[in-house]
Amino acid sequence: MELLNFARGPALQWSLAIFIFGITWRLVGVAVLNWPKELSTPRNGNPLLGALRMMAMRSWPHKEFLPKTWYSEVMGYTFHIGFFAVFLLFVPHIIFIEALTGLSWPGLTERIIYFLSLITLFALVAVLIRRLTHPVLRMLSNFDDYMSWFMTISPIITGLLVTSHVGLGYETLLAIHILNIDLLLLWFPFSKLMHAFFIWSCRGLTGAAFTRKGIPAQ
Amino acid sequence: MSAAITFKPARKPAFRADKQTHLSDQERVDAAITQFLKDTDFVTATYMESCIHCGLCAEVCHFYEQTGDPQYTPIWKLEPFKQVYKREAGPFSFIYKALNLKRKLSSDELAQWQHLLYDSCTVCGRCSMVCPMGIDIATLISKARHGMFQAGLVPEDLWQMAKRAQDEGSPLGVTPEMLKATIQGVEKEYGLNIPLDRDEAEVLLSLSSIDIINYPHALSDIAKVMNQLGYTWTLRSDGYEASNYGLLTDSEAWQKATSQKLINAAIACKATTVVIPECGHGYNAFRWQAANLHGQALPFRILHITELMAEGIRTGKLRVNPVNESVTFHDPCQSARRGGATEAPRTVLAALGVELHEMPTAGDLNWCCGGGGGVMHIQRADELRYQAFEIKMQQVEQSGAEKLYTSCSDCRKNFDDCAEHFDWDKQPNSLLQLVAENLVEA
Repeated sequence: MELLNFARGPALQWSLAIFIFGITWRLVGVAVLNWPKELSTPRNGNPLLGALRMMAMRSWPHKEFLPKTWYSEVMGYTFHIGFFAVFLLFVPHIIFIEALTGLSWPGLTERIIYFLSLITLFALVAVLIRRLTHPVLRMLSNFDDYMSWFMTISPIITGLLVTSHVGLGYETLLAIHILNIDLLLLWFPFSKLMHAFFIWSCRGLTGAAFTRKGIPAQ
Repeated sequence: MSAAITFKPARKPAFRADKQTHLSDQERVDAAITQFLKDTDFVTATYMESCIHCGLCAEVCHFYEQTGDPQYTPIWKLEPFKQVYKREAGPFSFIYKALNLKRKLSSDELAQWQHLLYDSCTVCGRCSMVCPMGIDIATLISKARHGMFQAGLVPEDLWQMAKRAQDEGSPLGVTPEMLKATIQGVEKEYGLNIPLDRDEAEVLLSLSSIDIINYPHALSDIAKVMNQLGYTWTLRSDGYEASNYGLLTDSEAWQKATSQKLINAAIACKATTVVIPECGHGYNAFRWQAANLHGQALPFRILHITELMAEGIRTGKLRVNPVNESVTFHDPCQSARRGGATEAPRTVLAALGVELHEMPTAGDLNWCCGGGGGVMHIQRADELRYQAFEIKMQQVEQSGAEKLYTSCSDCRKNFDDCAEHFDWDKQPNSLLQLVAENLVEA
């Protein structure tokens, strides 16, 4: 019980504080840099609409590229959607978030969540195998890539253990699961997981720049 | 313990770099770092922070596609720049530096990346179209090249051409005197009037040295089109060069100097439009970058000759006879994907009534011919360039068209060279020439 209290008490509070401070620090650290002025005469497109368009459309792969990119696209979508579905639609998670924020919404049944967790687990293992075997990915990968993968898959594994009541006692497993989340929160601001935020500004900037030039923002 | 077994593939290419200036190795590193940091703004930093190492950019790059060599992964070409950003400028740079999580850039590392940043990148921007994060990788490549130029680490043959352009006003030695002689020759041969050095004109026309030297027909073609459009126009001996080798070496100072001559000439003759000839990188350099280097918005509009022809067709000023040909069109990366002028050539081709057979991936997602970004001028990169070109050959063949057209003299020169290398029977033709030869007589 002490471990569980620690996990959902001070450990969670500190992790959340570092999570929020770290994210703010990193976003502000980029935002305070010089914003380049664009002096060329734009074409007719609206850069703001272009930014929004690319934010949405870049998630939709070009069919011309799909023969080469389908594996990454399918596995990437699967584990992202699976992870967020499990995180946001598992009833105990919703109750936990409600206790923290007061917000609540309907969830999915445990059976569906269990299935989604297994699918997510499968996709995450698949992307790791690709990272370890594809020459380009092996070359590009660094500690951040593997650690972020571990931080993403471990809550899925410990969550499955908690719901399956496998191994240690329920409370101990739950404590380990929440500690997992605490670690994920701690790691997040310093890692590539920050792409959850940067993806929007990055796509937006390119979408606006492309639209100025008359290049389709997609 | 065996040193032969490593977890990761060799990260550094075996390569001997060309060097300019008499800087010491440390001075080169310092110069590159200074320039990288100068180029680090909000946009660059956002891009640097966003990469998730997914490797998709490799899958659409012609150099990786053809070699399977991971070092040609576009984002990997930025590794020295990323290293400096993370260690010196990023929000957590103090952590990276204190714990040496990103090592200090070395002169060897920088020199070895010359091959990746110049020989094996045409800055075609196809990678920028696939990145799921939306990183405009091609823009970062240009910025990384800025650092390489400052460090005196540019491929020598490309640097020599850019230096000549800086010193003589043309990478191929087209001096004002040579321009005048060429104009006189074309006027005599074709019975055309080609105005030079008018004090006032609606349109200032620019030329590419590659056209003047390799495709002299282009001057008569452009004159015929300009005459039918009915604008008052002129060439100016104080500003005529559209090709910009400052851009190709990524020297901001040299790029600006080339652009500035055209800007000054346009202002001097009170032009309201500056027309760039069939030169992809020249268009990108002037249309999208000249104002930024000049420091203020330009008092005239800038059009690629294809855009001018498309505009003339839309307004009825330019009338063409139908052409019964089966054609495909190669989109020059710098005017199409990077410049936004993808529709204009198709407007022109539609007006000509040709039977257009698009390549399997055309328009903004087309495959580069492999010669852009200065690669065509780096002799040691020839074999790599030919490998990249094989994709283009297949694409042209798959289109089933009988004739091939494009609107970039750099692309044409690369097609010519590669066609000779492969003994390929397709010749790249000029869209401008097709229009000029099929104008409706007034």
